[in-house]
Amino acid sequence: MTIQQLSVFLENKSGRLLEVTKVLGENNINMSAFSIADTSDFGMLRMIVDQPEAAFAALKKQNFSVSITPVVGLIIPDKAGSLYHALNALNDAAIGVEYMYAFSFKEDATVILRTADAEKTAQVLKAANFQLISTK
Amino acid sequence: MIWNEYIECSSRDAIIERQNKGLRKMVERLYFNVPFYRKKFQEMELSPYDIKGIEDLHKLPFTYKQDLRDNYPMGLFAVPQSEIVRLHASSGTTGKQTVVGYTRKDLDMWSEVVARCLSSAGVVHKDIVQIAYGYGLFTGGLGLHYGTEKIGASVIPISGGNTHRQLQTMQDLGSTVLACTPSYALYLAESLEKSGITKDQIKLRVGIFGAESWTDEMRRELEKKLGIKAFDIYGLSEIMGPGVACECECQNGLHVNEDHFIPEIIDPITLEPLPEGQEGELVFTTITKEGLPLLRYRTRDLSTLHYGTCSCGRTLVRMEKCKGRTDDMLIIRGVNVFPSQIESVLLSMHETSPHYQLIVERINNLDILEVHVEMDEHFFADEIRKIEGLNKRIKHNIENTLGISVTIKLVEPNTIERSENKAKRIIDNRKK
Repeated sequence: MTIQQLSVFLENKSGRLLEVTKVLGENNINMSAFSIADTSDFGMLRMIVDQPEAAFAALKKQNFSVSITPVVGLIIPDKAGSLYHALNALNDAAIGVEYMYAFSFKEDATVILRTADAEKTAQVLKAANFQLISTK
Repeated sequence: MIWNEYIECSSRDAIIERQNKGLRKMVERLYFNVPFYRKKFQEMELSPYDIKGIEDLHKLPFTYKQDLRDNYPMGLFAVPQSEIVRLHASSGTTGKQTVVGYTRKDLDMWSEVVARCLSSAGVVHKDIVQIAYGYGLFTGGLGLHYGTEKIGASVIPISGGNTHRQLQTMQDLGSTVLACTPSYALYLAESLEKSGITKDQIKLRVGIFGAESWTDEMRRELEKKLGIKAFDIYGLSEIMGPGVACECECQNGLHVNEDHFIPEIIDPITLEPLPEGQEGELVFTTITKEGLPLLRYRTRDLSTLHYGTCSCGRTLVRMEKCKGRTDDMLIIRGVNVFPSQIESVLLSMHETSPHYQLIVERINNLDILEVHVEMDEHFFADEIRKIEGLNKRIKHNIENTLGISVTIKLVEPNTIERSENKAKRIIDNRKK
């Protein structure tokens, strides 16, 4: 029920994000969601792609520090209050969110959630009747 | 194995007698054959016959790298150029290159001392020695080469660089010994890992690493990664090249071939000789060399000498593994900093790659030391606070060791330049 997210360590210097997108493009890998977290020294690119293993290998070959992390892809209606309901379910199960990023498309919004235990998070949300993105 | 037991295990009295005799002859020869030294003696009102033996060493003038530059290229040679059969040159990383010359007899002696070094590291005639030191003007490659041939081991004179070929050769020819700089050994070890070659697929058992200072933590890292026992070999082109000293199986200091090179430890400020066991600058006097003999050459390397018989049976004096060259020493806000101290901290943490670079800037009259450390993909975490935590731990540990504040910058893997010869650890922007 979880999905695989790629994380890439990026130094704060120009052209690094460009290089990542170039590698992915050349290897015919499509991104469907991503976020960048940054500090003054470095950035962390997190993304959901269609072929995580291939992307991992391609980036590693180009000497990027890259890792695969399980996350939960939650689909909620693009309506006021719907994220609240989802987070409430997690709160009741005592699951804290490490970070999240979201995008909305047509009627739905998709939220990528990283918690300490992705599997349990997915179970809790599933049990509360939320729709999740499945791997295939 | 001991290559030359007669010399390497002789009594202290016999060693001193040999040194006294050699020194007297050397001083006389330099006085009459090298105008530079004759002038120095005359200025100091010193007669070559005032030097009776090693107890008079302190009366002799020092020789500096600058003296070789001032007399560039061959002004300090003690024989006519026609007697010289080989020339090498130092890399000139700290200025103009310096040229050194060897007679036929010098080359024989060089092979002999390298043969002793290799034997003390356990290399035998059955071994296959991959020499990945640069061949050419650098003394590393050819220096190791002739010593290896002398003990009858098989030499692979692959020289430095072309890492892919190094790995292929290592596997196909079954090299049992690798000789190169420790930084290149580390690079080769990483490249092996990357190509998916495990240490069981190679036959290396001994590493002979030198030409730059390296720590015991680096030793353990290389031993683990390559499945070898790693030995430190010491030398400098002005004195000979590799083979001046080497570790034995006890790895309790490097035995100096003191029947050819007399070591002293001096206080680099007062220039006074220091007693056994005290750390100071290593100074060498050659006593058998013909081409370019030098008196009290200031190596800029920091070490300590220990006399007394080693558990291996050798009586040759042991010098401690060099902590660093005083040239590499940074003075930051009045505190002495050696790159090796930072290497020790990083390697003992096991959380980053061992690749680092020190960047020094002067901002508003304050020295700022920034340490660049490569992220290790094995420890790469997706969470920012974990990376920041790692950054803080490195900072804390380095500051505890050095006693000054530093800035840590984690950089992407493989972005710090790898070297096939000596690693470039310091970028000091204060001098500009």
